[in-house]
Amino acid sequence: MKFIARKAVAMLATLLVISILAFLAFEVLPGDPTTKLLGTDWTPERAAALRAELGLDVPLPTRYVRWLGGFFGGDLGVSYSYSIPVRELLDGKLGITLCLSAMAFLLVLLISLPLSLLVSRAEGTLLSRLLGGLSQLFMSIPPFFIGIIFTSVFGLMLKLFVAGDFIGPEESLRGFLWYLFFPALSIALPKSAMTMKLLRSSISEQMGEDYVRTAYSRGHSRRSALREHVLRNSIIPVITFLAVTIADIVAGSIIVEQVFIIPGLGRMLLLSIANRDYPVVLSIIMIIAAIVIFVNFLADVAYQLVDPRIRLQ
Amino acid sequence: MNTLKRILTLLLALVLLTAVLCGCGDGKKDVTGPEESLSPDNAPARGGELTVGIAQDLDDSLDPHKMTAAGTREILFNVFEGLVKPDENGYLLPAVASKYEIAESGDTFTFTLREGVKFHNGSTVTVGDIVYSISRVAGLDSGTPLIAQFAAVESVEATDDKTVVIKTKEPYLEFLSYLTAAIIPEGSDPTEGLVGTGPFKYVSRKAQENIVLARFDDYWGTPANLDQVTFKIIENANMLVMSLKSGAIDLCAHLTSAQADELGDGFTVAEGSMNLVQAMYLNNAYGPLADVRVRKALCYAVDKQAVLDLVGDGKGRALGSSMYPAFGKYYADLADYYTQDLEQARKLLAEAGYADGFDLVITAPGNYQIHVDTAQVIAKQLKEIGVRCTIDTIEWSAWLEQVYKNRDYQATVVGFDTSAAMTAQSLLARFESGSSKNVCNFASDQFDDCYAAAISATDEETQIAAYMDCQKILAEQAAAVYVQDPADLVAMRDGVSGYCFYPIYVMDLSKITLTD
Repeated sequence: MKFIARKAVAMLATLLVISILAFLAFEVLPGDPTTKLLGTDWTPERAAALRAELGLDVPLPTRYVRWLGGFFGGDLGVSYSYSIPVRELLDGKLGITLCLSAMAFLLVLLISLPLSLLVSRAEGTLLSRLLGGLSQLFMSIPPFFIGIIFTSVFGLMLKLFVAGDFIGPEESLRGFLWYLFFPALSIALPKSAMTMKLLRSSISEQMGEDYVRTAYSRGHSRRSALREHVLRNSIIPVITFLAVTIADIVAGSIIVEQVFIIPGLGRMLLLSIANRDYPVVLSIIMIIAAIVIFVNFLADVAYQLVDPRIRLQ
Repeated sequence: MNTLKRILTLLLALVLLTAVLCGCGDGKKDVTGPEESLSPDNAPARGGELTVGIAQDLDDSLDPHKMTAAGTREILFNVFEGLVKPDENGYLLPAVASKYEIAESGDTFTFTLREGVKFHNGSTVTVGDIVYSISRVAGLDSGTPLIAQFAAVESVEATDDKTVVIKTKEPYLEFLSYLTAAIIPEGSDPTEGLVGTGPFKYVSRKAQENIVLARFDDYWGTPANLDQVTFKIIENANMLVMSLKSGAIDLCAHLTSAQADELGDGFTVAEGSMNLVQAMYLNNAYGPLADVRVRKALCYAVDKQAVLDLVGDGKGRALGSSMYPAFGKYYADLADYYTQDLEQARKLLAEAGYADGFDLVITAPGNYQIHVDTAQVIAKQLKEIGVRCTIDTIEWSAWLEQVYKNRDYQATVVGFDTSAAMTAQSLLARFESGSSKNVCNFASDQFDDCYAAAISATDEETQIAAYMDCQKILAEQAAAVYVQDPADLVAMRDGVSGYCFYPIYVMDLSKITLTD
């Protein structure tokens, strides 16, 4: 209980620091919202009128405090570009990005866990060398590039999905999940390859430990020793890695969403930064940061579940 | 601590990424192009749904009086109409008004309301709606006009229930072109619902996904053929082409020739004009560029045809001043005012004291590939006369801030359009020495006089002559290295027809038909 309370305070403090940094970043970036909104019709008079309209005519600290008050009251502000509340704007988009990330993460688990066990069992055979080579290859291709290949091959040549024709979940849930499958796979492949490599080396390290020899002497086969004793011990570093991976996946989906034209948070974030639509950018940064922090917290809890000797203090 | 570090890294990565990836634009082009409509083979079919790919979201404002981006204007053209409305040839036709009269003094505009014009909400347009709309644009209550040229409005009043009289402070013939500004219902606020009188009505939008319009059946003119049009927002140039190929979109405008070449069979590509003045604009107040001999030398060093060939496959029209051919009688053909002459260029540089050349930074907005490409070709050509160029590619918002607003640059390649209305004035105004849009810091008393004479002219002949002189002065003084009015390529899949080019940056969907 004490642990959770302390963690919660730390999480909150981290979020505060991030929001301050994000606020300061906007001050450093050239261009302000009126520049983009008024474009080549910019005149000092119109800019001044617009700044007042957007509430940008007050000093930075005041603006920050106002924003913070609104944020904790559940009011995310109004988008400069769309003149509608940010909450309404992000409604649905967050779900899409979370679905994509969750799907990608699931795929990482589904691909890497069985394959690394398979490879460890078949150490030294042609199969294991082949899989090792493949994982080396996928590890070095960035997700957006895999995405481009996928749209060409599966989208345009094999016509398994219509590239660029995103289907919303309210339109057809199946169509939605199917459309997300290929982007999720493009994010998952490099991550799976890394997870596999890590788990495999962790397993082979553990296989040399004394307790494995003891397990054999107690009549375990290589396979059952692996499953019942080794896996549990090998997975600890992997959990740490997976926690970082989730953050990576969320960040990776930002890029991949561009390639597959998925209207998720990522596209919104990039375009809002370009438009200097600060209320939107801030909200998205806070959401992503909160997800990352929360996942790390979950990883801490997961260690304890896997290995009760690790005490959370 | 680790967590914090990770988040900071993520944050930093995002910010860096932005610098590289983002920038989605507005402010491109407006006005002209040869009329070119593709007549359908079969009889026009009514109905059907069309999906159009657009490269940027309508994220400035959907308020027709506040929108500034050319990409927003081009779409809302289908939803809103003014008292007058341009046709494919650039002529102004009466729209919400059925006729208009301009007093000989050039400062009084009288409009007669067309009978039975309906708003999308079903109500009939009254003179009250017109007075409200014009007052709103002119900022008669707030003091800040929403469209700069409306600062000229002295008064607007309804003299009876079908006549509206608009008076300007000075004689201002071209003001008629600005009366294409949208008429909206009296007392309405467009942020609470878009209601206009155009052939299409607004249905819905999803930020960064799409915007949907549907045919307005009670339209006063010839109704549209299509039942519904969905504009799909696809910022990535490659994905636009990919989406055309996959069938996710039916039509896409403003493609580059490289993109159009990728399409292959099953598509028609129509060629029009972008309607903008693309040039390497020079900061006339910056060091070497303050000397007219240096600016002329740069003009002599550039081979426009080579730029056209390398950047647009030979398509596009070379320009010599701040006007493009669609302006017809206003256009002075000065494309050959400077032809490439390296000897002359070197001589001029030497005279100005730069025999060994100088360093020049060319800033280009990275979201417009065509401007970046053009900058690269020019940089190479300038090397011949010893001008060492570095190209600085920045995102659109930064360009607006640094170059447009602060004028903190040396040279920049970009294209300017006519913005709110097709007037010669809008293309020349930015060279008036006192203008807040004078991004070139161009200062010439001679130009200012000609420009003032043109604006206040009360007969067309005088006005045209004055505008011609303005263009000539810009060429003589080498205010910028004018390059071209780029080609505009529109791709549509087979079965889509009826696209016509306007001399302004609009996409008229009312004439499009689907034949399958």
